[in-house]
Amino acid sequence: MKVLMFGWEFPPHISGGLGTACYGLVKGMAYHNQDIIFVVPKLWGDEEPLADFVNASDVTIDYREKRFKKFWKNLTYLEVSSFLVPYLGPDEFKKYTDYTIHDRTDVDESVFSNKFEFSGKYGKDLMMEVSRYALVAAHISKNKEHDIIHAHDWLSFPAGIAAKEISGKPMVAHVHATEFDRSGESVNQVVYDIERAGMEAADHIVAVSQLTKNIIINKYGIPANKITVLHNAVLDASIIKSSYKKKVPEKIVTFLGRITFQKGPEYFVEAAKKVIERDPNVRFVMAGNGDLLNRMIDRVAELRMGTKFHFTGFLKGDDVDHMYAISDVYVMPSVSEPFGISPLEAVRHNTPVIISKQSGVAEVLNNAIKIDFWDIDSMADAIFALLHYDGISKMFKELGTEELKKLKWEHVAEKLVTVYQKTLSQKP
Amino acid sequence: MRTICFYFQVHQPYRLKPYRFFDIGEDHHYYDDFLNRSVMRKVAQKCYLPMNALLLEMINKYNGAFKVSFSMSGVFLDQLEAYAPDVLESFQKLVATGNCELLNETYGHTLAALKSKDEFQNMVKKHQQKIKDLFNGYQPKVFRNTELIYSDQIGAMVADMGFDAILTEGAKHILGWKSPNYVYVNSIDPKLKVLLKNFQLSDDIAFRFGNKGWDDYPLTTDKFVKWINNVPQEEETINLFMDYETFGEHQWAETGIFEFMKALPDAVFSKTNFTFSTPSEVAAKISPVGKIHVPIPISWADEERDLTAWLGNDLQDEAFDRLFEMEKLVKDIDDDEIQRDWTYLQTSDHFYYMCTKFFSDGDIHAYFSPYDSPYDAFINYMNVLSDFMIRLKEKISEKQLSA
Repeated sequence: MKVLMFGWEFPPHISGGLGTACYGLVKGMAYHNQDIIFVVPKLWGDEEPLADFVNASDVTIDYREKRFKKFWKNLTYLEVSSFLVPYLGPDEFKKYTDYTIHDRTDVDESVFSNKFEFSGKYGKDLMMEVSRYALVAAHISKNKEHDIIHAHDWLSFPAGIAAKEISGKPMVAHVHATEFDRSGESVNQVVYDIERAGMEAADHIVAVSQLTKNIIINKYGIPANKITVLHNAVLDASIIKSSYKKKVPEKIVTFLGRITFQKGPEYFVEAAKKVIERDPNVRFVMAGNGDLLNRMIDRVAELRMGTKFHFTGFLKGDDVDHMYAISDVYVMPSVSEPFGISPLEAVRHNTPVIISKQSGVAEVLNNAIKIDFWDIDSMADAIFALLHYDGISKMFKELGTEELKKLKWEHVAEKLVTVYQKTLSQKP
Repeated sequence: MRTICFYFQVHQPYRLKPYRFFDIGEDHHYYDDFLNRSVMRKVAQKCYLPMNALLLEMINKYNGAFKVSFSMSGVFLDQLEAYAPDVLESFQKLVATGNCELLNETYGHTLAALKSKDEFQNMVKKHQQKIKDLFNGYQPKVFRNTELIYSDQIGAMVADMGFDAILTEGAKHILGWKSPNYVYVNSIDPKLKVLLKNFQLSDDIAFRFGNKGWDDYPLTTDKFVKWINNVPQEEETINLFMDYETFGEHQWAETGIFEFMKALPDAVFSKTNFTFSTPSEVAAKISPVGKIHVPIPISWADEERDLTAWLGNDLQDEAFDRLFEMEKLVKDIDDDEIQRDWTYLQTSDHFYYMCTKFFSDGDIHAYFSPYDSPYDAFINYMNVLSDFMIRLKEKISEKQLSA
């Protein structure tokens, strides 16, 4: 079976969890000797050779293909109606909003005759890149033989749809996160529309958790039997023994992640206050950056716990490992987390974890305390218990690492192959 | 008698280095030595050395008729010894002329007056000793509190310590219709004279001098002399209080600030009936006109002339309260490094960096801050304070063990 896979980023050049998940999946597929053509907007040349990589930036579009023009017309509409683009100059804006230009095919020729240099990032031209990427996808699907199409998240859904249109092969849409996870209820309509179009066009959908599957059913109106849950796994389940030593006598409770609405940092701060009132010999650390950082700092000062609650800013490289290593409890109070890989990293460092029930990872990790993200009393109780009752944290350490060993990408890949086979058999 | 009283504030904080959470419990050196040294050397070249040379020349030229006064914080003097002994020497020469008065302040440029009488007195005495040591046994008679912070209560504390006079801001909301150009007395203890800054004329030099958008730009000595002649005859003293870094640092040499100062005495002597005096002379010679009531502390900062540049928002209050919670513990620890860090961490600048009044005076705050935001300043300070607390607790348990 030959899979034509569309992603947006691939390690080592990643800025989010999507790249890591794609890497694990491709690695698992390689274990089962599956052929994968993996397309990304931009290749850097130092990717691990696990698949037949295609750099979308290198593809020249054959403009004589009439069917492409049809896409282009639909896709330019997508660019135009985008409000994701934050900094548009007046000239640019005019260009973007001038519908008539896009309807004239003679002007359109120029976009077909050139290669397009993708940045592969999440910048101001994101929508333009998403639509060009789809055009490239159409071209690739015409020229590269494949049995099935697999597109990861909304950025590559238009690519998947275009490829399917050209080659007629079935498409699997893989949902790692939805707009509702990223933005709460204030969704970006354009992104939502693309997500929904991708889910509707797909022959089958893969969701990273039951939680995500429910969102797809309830918010996007997709029938349940079209969705399969495939939880993420870990690349390496071995225990990390760090030689890094804690330098403060107190126990450390850690939050590590983007400080944004989705991650629920404010609940961590409130719970910290409750714990410190009962036990002053604890330090709380909030590691990361994000739009709610300053609000959290204000709140910590307001609660008068500035010498017990620390902020580290964005951590990278060894500092992340150090942070896990010196933590006595790791808390992930996410409001909405499709999966959430970081608690598994904490488990690898033998750190007991508290996770919100509103996270996908709660479905696979049994040896963790699970709480509702808004229930700060339970959160405080759990933190206090893990800090003081050695029995429970010891048990979590032992059993948690055992659980981790079962979360292998090979297993995920195996199930994915079954999903492919089922999808292919349903296709008339 | 009509007189002009110059007082220059000289201060540099020990700025903290970027101190991370991971450093807590391990790294006990908190200061950005490179930054502090380079700021000191830069300001020495642009301001301290050239201005000290000019003042020495002027004092010698007018043979006792021109005089000035300084208040130098202890943290500044420590940095002079470490990074700029040449500047220290030039200050010593100025003081040796007898026409340069030194004021007493707090060693750590602290806000302790607002929190603890005990610690305030400790910091004042420590500064007194430092001045004595560095300036040939000099004993100041006049006091100036950090950032000219003053209230009736603070004045009473200062009077108790035996000072003749204190300097503060001629804040509009305190004075009302009254003029800053008289000598007043403390409302609790009338023994203490209160000298008020004429902020109009002081800020014309300190803030507006080089501002090309100012209606009165350029400020010449003719213009300035005309303004002081317009002051009603019965008003006896014009107190020109400002940061010493005005000369060459806040107002660059290119603005002509040095030339202005150089020409000022001639213009004053030839066209007015004003003399120059030091604060202790003003306090001794000019009779007070009445009590000044300041129930709520004032300062010389920002438009509000209150404490909000240092205290009042949650970041500042949390940092300040946590610091002073340790006061009693620190007192019991006889350890030079603990005492030094305790002093340096009190410096008002740390709290100034945490100020969030972005919209009115944010510009000037940003200019003086080594941090990108007040939040960064808070995080860094609290990390340092956390380490200091750990050290303090260790010292206390050591002491208990040996007892």
